[in-house]
Amino acid sequence: MAGITWQLATVAQVREETPRVRTFTLALPDWGGHLPGQHVDIRLTAEDGYQAQRSYSIASEPRSDPARAAQIELGVERVRDGEVSPFLHDVLEAGDRIEVRGPIGGYFVWDGTALEPVLLVAGGSGIVPLMAMIRHRSAIGARVPVTLVYSSRTRDDVIYYDELERLAGNSDGLRVIHTLTRAQPPGWAGFDRRIDRHMLETALDGDARSTQAFVCGPTPLVESVAEALVGLGFPPSQVRTERFGPSGG
Amino acid sequence: MTTTDAPEIDDLTLDANAVGGLLMELFGTDMTAAASQCAHCGNRGPVATLLAYVHAPGTVLRCSICTEVVMRIMRTADGRYLVDARGAAFFRV
Repeated sequence: MAGITWQLATVAQVREETPRVRTFTLALPDWGGHLPGQHVDIRLTAEDGYQAQRSYSIASEPRSDPARAAQIELGVERVRDGEVSPFLHDVLEAGDRIEVRGPIGGYFVWDGTALEPVLLVAGGSGIVPLMAMIRHRSAIGARVPVTLVYSSRTRDDVIYYDELERLAGNSDGLRVIHTLTRAQPPGWAGFDRRIDRHMLETALDGDARSTQAFVCGPTPLVESVAEALVGLGFPPSQVRTERFGPSGG
Repeated sequence: MTTTDAPEIDDLTLDANAVGGLLMELFGTDMTAAASQCAHCGNRGPVATLLAYVHAPGTVLRCSICTEVVMRIMRTADGRYLVDARGAAFFRV
């Protein structure tokens, strides 16, 4: 039986991605690998025994290299008034230990073996599990066409911007389409509005009926994007969704 | 207006991906990809597509189509779980 137990991970590194998002690299004593899209639970226990627990998506690709196989990277957005993420951002540093369990999830996952083109749609920190898929695709040299439509508030809020530019620049079938909904830098050539049906139509390369979509972000974005994709001909079963929310704080 | 107590779908609504760890603890295996059927409206789909309300005391999973309660999970004072799954016609585990 595949149970799930808590283990004490050690923080190996903390890296700032954007003003509100940090990457925490965790070293795990017992890690059998993960699939892109999966997450872990993190549990904090106060001195009085009060516990708070949240789920955080794994941003790193599965690794076979023994030196890094038991390390995962989590992308964590600092949620204002959150119970867990402010602690992670403000207190946690390299060398600290933290309770973790996982990997978790078998629905919102992509292992890179399917041949269908993939449409990834992210809002804000919803990019994190999709980044694991993009990194995995690159790591295994997959050539399946993948298009990412990624909505952020401003240019400074775009997580993994440079890495996405670099990976898209390889011209190996990864396309990245940004939209900045709140403010755009001078000369911005990308979209400047919320993701809508027309934008998704532009992003869709082939036949919706043979494309797999993964949508991750705040609930309103996920709801509207999923509805638009079904309107564009996606079978509902090929639109996999994961909602992030303030309760993820 | 509806006459049920179904909450609005807003940005506090998550989905059952978020409680995948809890479900794994209860069922001993991943449940997010498991098929389920709503006992109220008959909608079938992976457990991950159920809406999750994690702010109530305990966890409430609702059907994404009819929004009726499919499962309630409460943690009892002695650290065990009380699972009310009368809203589910089945889970394929």
